[in-house]
Amino acid sequence: MLARRRNADRDLDDEVEHYIEQGTAELIAAGHSPAEARRLAIMQLGNATVTREEVRAYGWENAVDSMITDLRYSARRLRNSLGFTTVTVVTLALGIGATAAVFSVVNPILFKPLPYPDAGRIVTISDRAADGSRADVTFGTYREILARSRWFDALAVMRPWQPTVTGEGEPERLDGQRVSASYFRVLGVPPAFGRDFDDSFDVPGAPNVVLLGAALWRRRFGGDSAIIGQPVLLDGVSHLVIGVMPSALENVLAPAAELWTPLKYDRSLPVQGREWGHHLRMIGRLRASASIEQAARDLNTIAGEPIAEFARVPWASLTRGLLASTLHADITNQVKPVLLAILGAVVLVLLIACVNVTNLLLGRSVQRRAELAMRTTLGASRPRLVRQLVTESLLLAAIGGVLGMFVAESGVRTLVALSPAELPRLNAIRLDGDAFIFVAVLTTLIGLAIGAIPALQLTRRPVADQLRSKSRSSTGNHRAVRSALVVAEVSLALVLLVGAGLLLRSVHRLLGVAPGFDSSRVLAMQVQTAGPRFGNDSVTQRFFREALQAVREVPGVVSAGFTSQLPLTGDVDRYGAQFESVRDDREDRSAFTYAVTPGYLETMRIPRLSGRPINERDLAGASVSVLVSQSLARRMFPGRDAIGQRLHVGSTDQPWYTIVGVVGDVRQASLAETSADAVYIPSVQWYVANRAMWLVVRANEVARLAPAIRRAVWSVDKNQPIARVALMDELVAASASDRRFALVVLEMFALAALVLAATGIYGVLAGGVAERTREIGVRAALGATRGAILGMVVRHGLGMTALGVAIGTAGAVAASRALGSLLFGVTPLDAVTYLGTAALLFVVSATACWIPAWRAARVDPAITLRTE
Amino acid sequence: MADQNTDVIPGTLDMLILKTLSLEPMHGFGIARRVEQISRGVFKVNPGSLLTALQRLERSGWLDAEWRQSENSRRAKYYSLTRAGRKQLEVETEDWERRVTAIARLLRAEA
Repeated sequence: MLARRRNADRDLDDEVEHYIEQGTAELIAAGHSPAEARRLAIMQLGNATVTREEVRAYGWENAVDSMITDLRYSARRLRNSLGFTTVTVVTLALGIGATAAVFSVVNPILFKPLPYPDAGRIVTISDRAADGSRADVTFGTYREILARSRWFDALAVMRPWQPTVTGEGEPERLDGQRVSASYFRVLGVPPAFGRDFDDSFDVPGAPNVVLLGAALWRRRFGGDSAIIGQPVLLDGVSHLVIGVMPSALENVLAPAAELWTPLKYDRSLPVQGREWGHHLRMIGRLRASASIEQAARDLNTIAGEPIAEFARVPWASLTRGLLASTLHADITNQVKPVLLAILGAVVLVLLIACVNVTNLLLGRSVQRRAELAMRTTLGASRPRLVRQLVTESLLLAAIGGVLGMFVAESGVRTLVALSPAELPRLNAIRLDGDAFIFVAVLTTLIGLAIGAIPALQLTRRPVADQLRSKSRSSTGNHRAVRSALVVAEVSLALVLLVGAGLLLRSVHRLLGVAPGFDSSRVLAMQVQTAGPRFGNDSVTQRFFREALQAVREVPGVVSAGFTSQLPLTGDVDRYGAQFESVRDDREDRSAFTYAVTPGYLETMRIPRLSGRPINERDLAGASVSVLVSQSLARRMFPGRDAIGQRLHVGSTDQPWYTIVGVVGDVRQASLAETSADAVYIPSVQWYVANRAMWLVVRANEVARLAPAIRRAVWSVDKNQPIARVALMDELVAASASDRRFALVVLEMFALAALVLAATGIYGVLAGGVAERTREIGVRAALGATRGAILGMVVRHGLGMTALGVAIGTAGAVAASRALGSLLFGVTPLDAVTYLGTAALLFVVSATACWIPAWRAARVDPAITLRTE
Repeated sequence: MADQNTDVIPGTLDMLILKTLSLEPMHGFGIARRVEQISRGVFKVNPGSLLTALQRLERSGWLDAEWRQSENSRRAKYYSLTRAGRKQLEVETEDWERRVTAIARLLRAEA
């Protein structure tokens, strides 16, 4: 094509030349001298270059060709100013890369549908708790809705299940789910092979069956399809494998679950049974014609109109109605504020990066003014010049975009590594096709945006003006545009810094919250009992007692104890507490219930405020002693002594329990949560048998003792799995993990914003001083002192900062509201954060002002005036 | 003469070129001169517009072009009318006459 192109060019030249010759010949005939004739002929033709350009611009190959020329020219120019190119490209690469990384994390979680057929039709249904939040449903509620609602193709309930697999190979504790038979029909995912549960498996006494996850099947059973119909030992009980789920199954409700077994609850709904415990999650698949609003209305109608056929118990009376939301909204609910916060933050960083690059381009374009004027005179049209300048910025953006993909690659990995535990769909996070398209579009938009301002700014003024101004001094208008950009940069940076500052203070406050126990030097591990010999509760209790004894004998151990649930681990085990002598009219009378051995409260250093501790004399069969938390005691017995009072916990069929002591409040569910009603019951006296308990051990160098402690447990029975070993300190820190995630990311972004804003200020001032050298020289010659010149530059810099801070404060006030739910212990208008951030920006910008100001003050009038 | 408008009426250049070439094949300069001569100097053709228009007409398939030795034995590009070009000339001529008649009627109309 290029060869043809050259021919076409020569033809065109020949044609034009021929034209001129003919004209010349004619003029000679008319009596002009040959030289004069040629000059006149050329004049008649007008601007030959323009003519050639006009003819050449015609046709698409010419457009392509001029684009290639532009690209080549731009590449050459960028190569010639390597410093500028590097700074610009790196800034853009970081901005685009960070944005693409955040997009890759946020997109699958918030914007893409879940990986199920018609995922939008899957909804979760929850009971409404007294505080309006979602609560797990009971099996009774599930049975009623299943019978009465007309809006669902299928409904299912599920709860976690952690069986221990024994038999061939080491015992292994697995994560699984107990589900109603319809679970996978609601998700719309059938087994890869074998068959799904049907209702006949989901009744008490039905044969034990299990569905295996693909990973578990491959890991533990060699990926052999002959496993179907074979028994596996789970908690010492034989279960028949009936199917294997596809490896592509993404189980968003329990990502770690690897095997499933039917729930097998009693459909006759015995009142004292687990069938009326709030511990099931319910999901449903809407009928194709139904909307979630219709279904929600219908659910609330059912909740509000009990019928005789479905008698309800008082604690599952559904008087507050039911909550329905899409599964997608449900699982993303908790992380949404965090993700939107980092998405907002990265957009700000990208904006600042673009403003910065625009500013650099503008600064550089001043030097090109004369060049562009010259090209205009030689016949380049304005659109042609704008196109050339935009080509250059597009090229810059494209290089930035390509490098940005590498930044994004490592950014995604960093974000995943930092991500809080509750982030759903972690496996779906990667740089995929969406991310590539996103970056391509983003890069193009950025290329156009950052090129447009300098291009329009530059080509606006009449040529004569530009040619006349021989010195490089720029017009006020030009400087105003650059200053405005810096003001924008400062204000965007302020918004980010305020956000990061508020989060920093929140996390600080949160970690400053007294959890109610002393987490230092405490090790926690979950000890399970597995195997048929633990069918008997007294055997289980003897195991825990002997294990505790063995652990206490480990040299270095200060104290140790077992508890059925441990603060800040996600355990939420609550039972209704009903007092003998006090009427409690609150709807939610439940309290965190801990079944503990002697030594637990002492190991955690939960302070005992009155009464006696739980001790070895609190035996099974004796009258039950309980400790209550301070807040529960104070509310139920204000001004009175709680000791000696009696209550029921959970079942009311049991004899009254007697309060023997009061202990301090503890943060169970999270550091931010304040509900602190709790009862502690000796584990041997508690009617619910716990097959898994948390062991807590206090020792001076407790981390080093972990293997010895484990060996001590195994010395009692070597087959018992130990899971989730953690330092209490780690659990406390993890409890703030979502805020900490947002904080770390925002801090990185805020730092980047600060640096960019500082370089922006520096760039404008340095450029300004360089352009105004002559003016400064004149001022100096006329007697301006160094101090006055210094002040002039610094005033300009700080003025821009002040304006940026003022505008940014308004923006931050609006933006920080969006952080609302992530804040803890600070208001979105926290004065300390705002003042601190503004002060930081002033310090940084003063530093950025200093070098240009100093340079300006050293301008030697004699030298500057001579160079003109 | 400086005050007299010698621009070709916008939109008519193509037609003038086609008409000129319907008489005989010609090179660019020849076309310009012929238009000036026949119009008795009323129209002067801008060379830039002429060469662009020639390229456009050639692409549209209305003109053929070939390189020949010109009178003073230099390579020159001669344009000639194709069959499609002849048809186009008819269309444009008809269209032009229709419009001229209309304008003439308007100008003659008494208030």
